[in-house]
Amino acid sequence: MIEEQILETGKDTREMVINMGPQHPSTHGVLRLELTLDGEMVKQCRPNIGYLHRCFEKYAESVEDYAKVIPYTDRMDYVSAMNQEHGYVIALEKLLEVEVPERVEYMRVIVAELQRIASHLLGIGTFGLDLGAFTPFLYCFTEREKILSIFEKATGARLLYNYMAVGGLMREIPEDFKSDTADFVKTFRPKIKELNDLLSYNKIFIDRTAHIGVLPKDVALNYAASGPVLRGSGVEWDLRKDDPYSIYNRFDFEIPVGKGEVGTLGDCWDRYIVRVREMEQSLRIIEQALDGMPDEGDVKEGIPKRIRPKEGEIYMRTETPRGELGYYIISDKGASPYRVKARAPSFVHLSMLPAISKGALIADMVAIVGSIDIVLGEVDR
Amino acid sequence: MKEQEEIFDLLKEQLGEDSVEFMKGEVGQPWFQFPAIRIKEIAKFLRDAAELRFNTLMCLSGVHYEKEEELGVTYHVHSTTLGHSMAFKVRVPIEQPNVPSVESVWKTADWHEREAMDMVGVMFDDHPNLKRILTPEDWEGYPLRKDYEPQEFYQGMPTTA
Repeated sequence: MIEEQILETGKDTREMVINMGPQHPSTHGVLRLELTLDGEMVKQCRPNIGYLHRCFEKYAESVEDYAKVIPYTDRMDYVSAMNQEHGYVIALEKLLEVEVPERVEYMRVIVAELQRIASHLLGIGTFGLDLGAFTPFLYCFTEREKILSIFEKATGARLLYNYMAVGGLMREIPEDFKSDTADFVKTFRPKIKELNDLLSYNKIFIDRTAHIGVLPKDVALNYAASGPVLRGSGVEWDLRKDDPYSIYNRFDFEIPVGKGEVGTLGDCWDRYIVRVREMEQSLRIIEQALDGMPDEGDVKEGIPKRIRPKEGEIYMRTETPRGELGYYIISDKGASPYRVKARAPSFVHLSMLPAISKGALIADMVAIVGSIDIVLGEVDR
Repeated sequence: MKEQEEIFDLLKEQLGEDSVEFMKGEVGQPWFQFPAIRIKEIAKFLRDAAELRFNTLMCLSGVHYEKEEELGVTYHVHSTTLGHSMAFKVRVPIEQPNVPSVESVWKTADWHEREAMDMVGVMFDDHPNLKRILTPEDWEGYPLRKDYEPQEFYQGMPTTA
């Protein structure tokens, strides 16, 4: 029998199933990965989700007011709340055929891009932390803090803002918002270089991430990957350019893609570096938006008293820091939406994990999970 | 890049007039409606036809139509090479909610279909692993149906406070 065989040869060749999570520091939330291992090698990975399911869709369909859903969208991907709100209000504006004032559009783009930087800083920082680099994490959080302070001044909250409204914004824009943001842009740019020196081109970090968790381009497209995960595989795809919404077609910026610089195309490092370079592009957008934003205008005047779309449906997608966030909304002329489905990028990316982790070492699982940058609040909704 | 009307003409020609309907609400985006039984074949055609090339499935959602006593599945597809998008739906009676799975056409449908099964109870035939995904495996009922009543106890624990 197997026991005798082990005694005879001194080798235990049986496969082992272990659970990574639900409580595990590098799963970034409550996620359980059921790993079938052959020694140190992962033969099969099965993600188990649902631990954070809070019935977002059921709530949205029973709340009797479209506007009351906005605070809840914050709580899906709680590290990029602005981007979550942005998609939802745009979808409703399309259904209602509401015009949005210029000043509001510019302000939304600025906060969305600031939020993208904040979210990437968190993603990059914790990714480094997962791989044992503690210092970059503190650098990232110092910078993120500055963005949160700007948001606090503008919205009154640091994480979950409830800031955007259909047709406008919930609060007046503070007078020193422009100067605060311009200061941040100025001081933050050199910090990206510092981060590159500290983490991106660090030998140990490259050794842990290059050639690991390779996602080929065709697999990525078949799984409908989006955002930095898709761009890391060398596909130049960004909804801000390829399916423009809001006023993104007015800005000049580039789409960074992975090139397999230090390893294979589509590995963990490529996905990581896309995020770093995206922060620079976001800074460019913010600068242009600050120049273009009108100083006068009431941000609340366009908000409709009552939101009652006509019968119809819409699928609206926007580019969040994690990828394509889609809202599918069906209206039946009622007070609450008949159906709301949130297509979360992290949900789709996580479903891809079994395909890219096959044959990886168990220690590299941490790098792979970190590099797709999931937020479990958005996966489970 | 093709407009919705051009896609409609192409589909009528390929699938026959009876198999495709073009619908639109008062506002928002239009959609196509196909018979559920043919969905896998149609999905393959949409992905592979040279004029269409819908290579990504953006979203797949289950819907409960309470008045009609039907379940629906809405698919949103996009072509990254040609740059056009479309939405299409299938509707099935609630007593026999079987829809062929498109998991073999677009891999991303795997989890989306599991979610639609979990939440509204559409049964996807030939799905490799059709298990509940967001709720526990032994949960009862389908939460996103309009007539859903939560179970009182789950494994001996009361579900309401």
